Amino acid sequence: MTTSPDSSTVGSTLVKRGFADMLRGGVIMDVVNADQAKIAEDAGAVAVMALERVPADIRRDGGVARMSDPLLIQEIQATVTIPVMAKARIGHFAEAQVLESLGVDYVDESEVLTPADEEHHIDKWAFTVPFVCGATNLGEALRRIGEGACLIRSKGEAGTGNVVEAVRHLRTINAQMRRVHSADAAELAGLAKDLQAPLPLVREVAETGHLPVPMFCAGGIATPADASLVMQLGAEAVFVGSGIFKSADPVRMAEAIVEATTHFRDPSVVAKVSTGLGAAMRGSETATLEQRLAERGW
Amino acid sequence: MASVGVLALQGDVREHVAVLQRIGSSAVEVRRVADLAGISGLVIPGGESTTMARLLVTGGLREPLTELVEGGLPVLGTCAGLIMMARRILDGRSDQWSLGLLDVDVRRNGFGRQVASFETVVEVAGIGPVAGAFIRAPQIVSFAEGVTVLASHDHGEGPTPVLVRQGHALGCAFHPELTGETRIHELFLSLV
Repeated sequence: MTTSPDSSTVGSTLVKRGFADMLRGGVIMDVVNADQAKIAEDAGAVAVMALERVPADIRRDGGVARMSDPLLIQEIQATVTIPVMAKARIGHFAEAQVLESLGVDYVDESEVLTPADEEHHIDKWAFTVPFVCGATNLGEALRRIGEGACLIRSKGEAGTGNVVEAVRHLRTINAQMRRVHSADAAELAGLAKDLQAPLPLVREVAETGHLPVPMFCAGGIATPADASLVMQLGAEAVFVGSGIFKSADPVRMAEAIVEATTHFRDPSVVAKVSTGLGAAMRGSETATLEQRLAERGW
Repeated sequence: MASVGVLALQGDVREHVAVLQRIGSSAVEVRRVADLAGISGLVIPGGESTTMARLLVTGGLREPLTELVEGGLPVLGTCAGLIMMARRILDGRSDQWSLGLLDVDVRRNGFGRQVASFETVVEVAGIGPVAGAFIRAPQIVSFAEGVTVLASHDHGEGPTPVLVRQGHALGCAFHPELTGETRIHELFLSLV
């Protein structure tokens, strides 16, 4: 039996959110060239994030951080068989259009790059390519979903190798979801006002107890135990930025974080893959940071 | 009651567990060798096939699982699961291995990248219209004798099979588990 082509719907919300579901339990790795992308795929990454500089280098070098050169993205697409994501600046819908035309699989509207618009995020409903956005709390997550984001990642503090902000953001989102889930119907309008979030999405969280899209974790994950920690705190997958290619042995670190993410509830596996792994990225104390990337976006 | 394992290394495990439970089957998540004990069928979910293939090896699951499926354990694979079951994989990694349960050639992302992902209704033999989500879906480009085609889809370049059966193996290019559909899993349970 055959179905005709005219009954298909391309780029529906279901296939955008559904693609994020396929990444659950996996690791998405930041890569700056095709060689690193190959290492990520060999290690079992579920996707790579193509960018010009990892967050630790963006933080060190300063200047304006923008979308990657399309050539870099195309080289990475030609090298690996796994999905390729790329970052656009907050509000920079023209960068997102370019990434969509390149056939990127997910666009990250990311605070790691220098924001292009201080008032508006991208209208993500206007795109066929799905978007992931960062959030530090439930209101921010629901505003991004209201704008069309199909995947939320807790922001953490990118490029620090310090998991403390990722933990803060995950715990904040979870605590706020529990509060909404246990509220009675009359309280929801007030909660939506406090969270500055769309009421229909607040109602949805009240009903289900979780976000309407998957929630992953990013920003500061540097070891297999970090990955296990955030997964146990409710993240459904992890983004690792500087943590792999700024470590002493990127190949082993990549493999170890992949295994620890799958077996996050099994400390014996996390112990095994952590043993003799070499130095994690050096990292920085967040209290001493001059620039907090998580404060970008709102 | 049949206890069906769902390979839970990565991917949309929760959705498959939910469908199985809704139609009255118990479901167990399979991450370690010990989890294979006592299962009467296995679902390989959607996800990233190269990741699953690697984690099956590092977790020591490849040999015991291969033994079980060669011994006749019924298997349902959706999307990445279909790739894991195909005898030949095109456009995959050069070292990509599979369980080889279905005598088909499958092309990874044969329907295109994510920007080409789509929803459609597929007419399944013996079941009727089924809502399916095709997400970076694999395409079955050829199949051998012994493979029964239960549904095809024409995406503009002629029909290709999207649901096939060979013995106790059922391979599906789309995701019935994302659309509220239960009948593909019911068909699978009839093989268990």
